[in-house]
Amino acid sequence: MVCSSILLFLYLVEIHLLSKEFSTVWCRPQPRAWSLSPGIESHIGLPAWSLLLPLPMSLPFSLFLLPKEDQDLSPIRNRPILQHTYLSCFSHYSARKLATDIISTVEFNHSGELLATGDKGGRVVIFQQEQENKIQSHSRGEYNVYSTFQSHEPEFDYLKSLEIEEKINKIRWLPQKNAAQFLLSTNDKTIKLWKISERDKRPEGYNLKEEDGRYRDPTTVTTLRVPVFRPMDLMVEASPRRIFANAHTYHINSISINSDYETYLSADDLRINLWHLEITDRSFNIVDIKPANMEELTEVITAAEFHPNSCNTFVYSSSKGTIRLCDMRASALCDRHSKLFEEPEDPSNRSFFSEIISSISDVKFSHSGRYMMTRDYLSVKIWDLNMENRPVETYQVHEYLRSKLCSLYENDCIFDKFECCWNGSDSVVMTGSYNNFFRMFDRNTKRDITLEASRENNKPRTVLKPRKVCASGKRKKDEISVDSLDFNKKILHTAWHPKENIIAVATTNNLYIFQDKVN
Amino acid sequence: MAGAAGPGTGPGAAGGDGDDSLYPIAVLIDELRNEDVQLRLNSIKKLSTIALALGVERTRTELLPFLTDTIYDEDEVLLALAEQLGNFTGLVGGPDFAHCLLPPLESLATVEETVVRDKAVESLRQISQEHTPVALEAHFVPLVKRLASGDWFTSRTSACGLFSVCYPRASNAVKAEIRQHFRSLCSDDTPMVRRAAASKLGEFAKVLELDSVKSEIVPLFTNLASDEQDSVRLLAVEACVSIAQLLSQEDLEALVMPTLRQAAEDKSWRVRYMVADKFSELQKAVGPKITLHDLIPAFQNLLKDCEAEVRAAAAHKVKELCENLPTEGRETIIMNQILPYIKELVSDTNQHVKSALASVIMGLSTILGKENTIEHLLPLFLAQLKDECPEVRLNIISNLDCVNEVIGIRQLSQSLLPAIVELAEDAKWRVRLAIIEYMPLLAGQLVSMCHMLQCIGTVCENLAGEMTSDLFLGSGCVECFTCSACQNLAGIRHCALSPLLPVYAIREAATNNLMKLVQKFGTEWAQNTIVPKVLVMANDPNYLHRMTTLFCINALSEACGQEITTKQMLPIVLKMAGDQVANVRFNVAKSLQKIGPILDTDALQEEVKPVLQKLGQDEDMDVKYFAQEAISAVAQRLRKLDFPVKDSEEPSDPEADKNHFLRPRGPGEDTGKAHRERAARVAPEEAVGAARFRGTDAAKGPAYQLHVNTETHLPNWKLQN
Repeated sequence: MVCSSILLFLYLVEIHLLSKEFSTVWCRPQPRAWSLSPGIESHIGLPAWSLLLPLPMSLPFSLFLLPKEDQDLSPIRNRPILQHTYLSCFSHYSARKLATDIISTVEFNHSGELLATGDKGGRVVIFQQEQENKIQSHSRGEYNVYSTFQSHEPEFDYLKSLEIEEKINKIRWLPQKNAAQFLLSTNDKTIKLWKISERDKRPEGYNLKEEDGRYRDPTTVTTLRVPVFRPMDLMVEASPRRIFANAHTYHINSISINSDYETYLSADDLRINLWHLEITDRSFNIVDIKPANMEELTEVITAAEFHPNSCNTFVYSSSKGTIRLCDMRASALCDRHSKLFEEPEDPSNRSFFSEIISSISDVKFSHSGRYMMTRDYLSVKIWDLNMENRPVETYQVHEYLRSKLCSLYENDCIFDKFECCWNGSDSVVMTGSYNNFFRMFDRNTKRDITLEASRENNKPRTVLKPRKVCASGKRKKDEISVDSLDFNKKILHTAWHPKENIIAVATTNNLYIFQDKVN
Repeated sequence: MAGAAGPGTGPGAAGGDGDDSLYPIAVLIDELRNEDVQLRLNSIKKLSTIALALGVERTRTELLPFLTDTIYDEDEVLLALAEQLGNFTGLVGGPDFAHCLLPPLESLATVEETVVRDKAVESLRQISQEHTPVALEAHFVPLVKRLASGDWFTSRTSACGLFSVCYPRASNAVKAEIRQHFRSLCSDDTPMVRRAAASKLGEFAKVLELDSVKSEIVPLFTNLASDEQDSVRLLAVEACVSIAQLLSQEDLEALVMPTLRQAAEDKSWRVRYMVADKFSELQKAVGPKITLHDLIPAFQNLLKDCEAEVRAAAAHKVKELCENLPTEGRETIIMNQILPYIKELVSDTNQHVKSALASVIMGLSTILGKENTIEHLLPLFLAQLKDECPEVRLNIISNLDCVNEVIGIRQLSQSLLPAIVELAEDAKWRVRLAIIEYMPLLAGQLVSMCHMLQCIGTVCENLAGEMTSDLFLGSGCVECFTCSACQNLAGIRHCALSPLLPVYAIREAATNNLMKLVQKFGTEWAQNTIVPKVLVMANDPNYLHRMTTLFCINALSEACGQEITTKQMLPIVLKMAGDQVANVRFNVAKSLQKIGPILDTDALQEEVKPVLQKLGQDEDMDVKYFAQEAISAVAQRLRKLDFPVKDSEEPSDPEADKNHFLRPRGPGEDTGKAHRERAARVAPEEAVGAARFRGTDAAKGPAYQLHVNTETHLPNWKLQN
């Protein structure tokens, strides 16, 4: 297994948000010289805009190390928001840095007891939460490796001369139907249904041979023996149950299970198919945005998801920054949406990169089903399903990068697909950023925090320090300048435990699980 | 099998020392846990043998506990196990011990695989009948309750199917409990369970007392029919059929109809689709009065639904609906309330809707009678015959016979035939093929033979013209298609030819039935029209067409008689013995064998034999083989005719089939291998073509045999011999 050592850090963070005007105010963009490659310059043709970022002068967070077990927790319970960042953290995926170890998806199951990760090498690793630790009552069970299996193998499409990567694009857990657990995993083309089951008994007793395989003399067999099941060490098996293949011409970017428990959708760049979980030889195409002439192609599907409880509703987002909501009751083909969520573009912010950065990389319904969250390159937006013309909330994830778009374009980072997630009660959202930073936004108080997932300079039971990025010239102590951000360290995939304040954050090839001690 | 086992078999029935019969059983038991799934499966399928050997007591105490724990196995093994256990009562000691089978089936009823669960439920239902009423309440009902209150929805869905079998035999107190459990499953959290409950609602309602149906089932039905998930609502429509059958008209109107009306106007197209799909059943269940009052308007709405799937489902039901209407006043209802909507559907935007309609619309003519058909339906048929979608046209053509009976062929030929002739030029081969297929039907009934020939001629010409442009089939198939058109004249159809494979099949089917054709139109006609065309093909550059000549000759020779065969055909066949392609040469040998009985002995002795002998020396193995076969057949015939035959001319192969002539055989039948090996050796310029068809010829063997009309062959052969 990949996991060699499990490092446990325990951080306690106390956050006081000092300033209420945290939401940033943007100045009028000022012309600024770009260091452009000639090619890009010719594309732009007009002066690029940059933004001045006034940062809160003082650090909004102060950090404490919590006392040990016998602490009085009452004052902490009265904390303001975003306190669920007392975290225990451990990482897996050893220090060896292989390209195949890069985590490509992270997903909790519906109870939160299991956490699955998929990686570029086509492997799926499942972690299981340990049972509640009675001695350390404030600490939830840690997650340990439960099962590892190779879900996809690299393939080659000989007809199209295309390599099919084994990288796991998405994992989705099925609602639990019996003692076993089921999940769907997909690479670019093929979706597989896996069963993860436990076995703690094995049959014993042969008639014609010993348990070790030596054959007995058949003449000595005078009575028949029926094998009996005896307890054995717990064994976890992952077995492929179904393979849903050959339905996608383009790369699958999303799968989502319907609340009717029997169907799911899979979306590629131009089409969305509807499958029955038990039928592998046919699927229904429900959305097809492929134009008759591919030259007229203006947008692609970037993500799609079913509504959590209304079985006929799903949304899909596009590279143009729009989200379409479709009602499968209305018609068998959902090419015509019933709602279109789109925020009018601010003409003052228009640039060469506008279209790229407005592309939506992830869309997630809230657990309640009332809201959905979209992630574009620089922001997270929360939409009320009843309001199509603008989001109800917008959070800037790393607005300081607006001035860096050109270099981000050159190193392709601008095409990174950041995912986002809700907490169990829909009150906080989380998404990733660069430099191994990840961000949380409290929807009620509008406060936010930046944290770093890193093993360096972290000791067990110390505080996970909030980070601050400084965009302007004057760098405060503890602030990090935009220029020193490491764009190779990015957090694209995050997941939040559906019931507790436990989060899983995937850096390139480390998985960190942080946990709130108090709640 | 299992039931036959007497309960008297005591423990250790096969326990004797050194018993030889023990070994196979021991192997079977060991293979229950073999690593190879297939072996495990075989072993599970012989479970009754194992149980028999173990005796009832050990089966109960050892085998069943083991089986209860084997739920980790592959689905197919579990499926077989679930099936076996349903017939196991005799093997565990009869009805008194039937409850011993419940634990393994209970664990099977919770697995995730639906097929396995369903099979386990089926077996449980079977076993429930074998329980005594006491045992039923002591063992079976608790099991149902356990399943119904299980943690996972798989067990709860399984429970849904078990209520109806234990309810009728349970005591009143238990009945109340069972109803209670069913109620809670109908409002389960998971849609899977609600769906299972909804699908079993009708079945459960049937075993309930009428009062309980009204007081309990109807509210459940109403709830399920307004479930938030449309996948649940649509299953309630099905339940509606069974519930409606149980209730009186007044109750029906008051209790069920509001829900049904609501379902027919459901927001979700899937529910409306279900209503459309189940319309005939609903119509029968609710009776004529409500049908007229409620269902007809609902049906009208479904016919003009905004979702094409719904319209198509409704269109499919048009004929059945009309048929099931009370005969009295049926015509008026259809004319006034259904036909206007059908007229609109004829020009629907969706081709599936149109083709669904086209597949049933012809059936209306029998219901409406001649005059209405001519006045109202015929224009619709004509419109659909001209539809842009080939499937629509096809469906109309395939059902022409319904109309035939009503309006008579004269009317049909006047109005429909021109359209059909036009369709013979259709760009879609399936349509053209359908036309060919329906030619005999039309022809058989057309009054004037002259008219028919004229029409057929046109069609055939059109088809021939079409086919020339078809690159793949090649020009020679013009002939084939003409032939197959003609072949149909004789009333023999072949169907479902795929566009890639038809060459051989058509050729074969066509040539073999040419004989029939010739019989019908006389040898003179054959001599003037068919034979010259066939013979011209002997010089075709494509060896496949040259072979067609041979096939045609095989078929024609019998019908044409000795004179034409000897004078016109034989020289061609003999000439082809020098063909450069071995396939042609061995077919020459086969042809000679075939036409041998028709020829007179002079021709046989002087012309056929030398050629066959030459072919017998051929460098090609297959040619040699068939030549030898032919020689033996010819020799046999000569001997029969008291012609002296030298022993040396007898083929050396003692296993040569002496009765070759009597057995009509398919070409692929005995030569499949030869054909396959063949292609590699054909002349270079034809290698590609041959390679393309080598698999086809062999593979077509069985298909071909469908077309061999043995009835027409055999009597003729008898005459010849």
